[in-house]
Amino acid sequence: MEFSPTLDLEVNAFVQRLAAAVHARRPPELRDVVPALGGLALHFQPDFAGDLVQSALGLVERALKNGLPAAAKLGREVEVPVCYEAEFAPDMEEVARRLKLAPEEVARRHAAGEYRVLMIGFAPGHAYMGGLHPSLALSRRAAPRPEVPAGSVAIANEQTVVYPYAISGGWNVIGRTPLVVFDALRDPPSLFGPGDRVRFRGIDRAEFRKLLA
Amino acid sequence: MIRVLRPGLLMTVQDQGRHGHQHIGLCPGGAMDPVSLALANALVGNAPEEAALELTVLGPELEFERDTLVALSGAEFEANLPLNRPVLLEAGTQLAIGRAGRGARGYLAVAGGIAVEPVLGSRSTYLPGGFGGFQGRTLRRGDVLPLSGDAESLSRERFHRLKNQNGRTVRWSAPPQTVPEHEPVVLHVLDGQHFASFDVGSQRAFLDAVWRIAPESNRMGFRLAGPSLARAADDEILSGPTCLGTVQVPANGMPIALMADHQTTGGYPKIAEIASADVPRLAQLGPGGTLHFARCSLETAVELRRHIRERLETALRGIAWEYGN
Repeated sequence: MEFSPTLDLEVNAFVQRLAAAVHARRPPELRDVVPALGGLALHFQPDFAGDLVQSALGLVERALKNGLPAAAKLGREVEVPVCYEAEFAPDMEEVARRLKLAPEEVARRHAAGEYRVLMIGFAPGHAYMGGLHPSLALSRRAAPRPEVPAGSVAIANEQTVVYPYAISGGWNVIGRTPLVVFDALRDPPSLFGPGDRVRFRGIDRAEFRKLLA
Repeated sequence: MIRVLRPGLLMTVQDQGRHGHQHIGLCPGGAMDPVSLALANALVGNAPEEAALELTVLGPELEFERDTLVALSGAEFEANLPLNRPVLLEAGTQLAIGRAGRGARGYLAVAGGIAVEPVLGSRSTYLPGGFGGFQGRTLRRGDVLPLSGDAESLSRERFHRLKNQNGRTVRWSAPPQTVPEHEPVVLHVLDGQHFASFDVGSQRAFLDAVWRIAPESNRMGFRLAGPSLARAADDEILSGPTCLGTVQVPANGMPIALMADHQTTGGYPKIAEIASADVPRLAQLGPGGTLHFARCSLETAVELRRHIRERLETALRGIAWEYGN
């Protein structure tokens, strides 16, 4: 169910409120409710015998009729410590050059932001967060890195992400968190959930090592 | 216990998947061909959701420590046991499974299931995340797989209930459900969200071409070799939800069909959605396997699903009757 073909933060907040309302009263045949950037996916049991389109529309209509939760009531507050030092920030020098800012200023502006999780996808726990200061907006790297270390904090366009695993990625890496982003054996497994409000806190290498232990 | 003497190619523990976590980016995973898994489970008297071994193209050599009731379904593997039948293996048996003739994925079920610890409600192995199944990875030589504590008594008791025994197996076999009779396999597709944005030539080529499964395919997705597809408009696409069977087309023009371990969202244009009834048959194609797409309506896709469900249920009822249920 698509509500906007382009990224609109207001539509995105609406999608998350709708997803929460549908999820709260989901019938057994509805396996997953997935809020995305501009729309919502409802995944039904493949053997559900009812009318899929009518059922999906009915669930959304009922949620809208009963009223959606307020955006401020969704998600949690998450604080993410980040070390922005060169050792953990392979793209910082290039980012600073492209933005014509000092690396310290890039780090300061990134940590000063208030972010909201717009969508989780690409990998388990991989959160796309909106709210990056427009002065830090820049395109993705021309060539993706074959492997970005787990916990890498990266920016592209007006978003920021934290890589949950060591995977290939094309975003500009400007720091790393010692936190484990996704752990299947932890409850909850994902550090981030849809709609979470996120802040980054700059830390030095010593604190990074301490938090990692 | 089962000891792995030779692992074959990509052998993992799989069940019917890990549902309800897609909002945190975790795909359901599970068996690539859940229909054949359900059949193998039924043949040893298990519920459809028990965990079994998923074999890929080349089978393993396994040693069974105790008497164990097993069944191998799915692809037509060369093996020193008959396919699609319950077989009571004696303690110490070495099971040797070779290459798959027709089909690419087999399911070896054991009475009581493979007793690895469930993670987030499932015993399936999720390789990209390194968790679930046996230590989150493919099986290796020397691994010892845990069975349920009562596997031996369960195996003997279930085998004794079978009506038409013949030595250590039975006189009948269950009908295979998903192994393609001939290629190219026809897969029904609904128009994807961005179908109309592809140029007319690409729309036609997508539906006319015989596609070949490229070697760089895995449990996340099958890359399809054939004509290069292009969009008429080059506007940026907002990353959105994906699903098992979504066919997306990256910038190189080579489509990818999303399989069991797919990403839950993606930013590539989606040209088609494969009918869920046909995904298990796609899973039975190995590298080099061929297919073509046939456009269908949502109603047809639902009807196809009902048809494979009824066919499986008929087979499961037949097996239950042999067990005296």
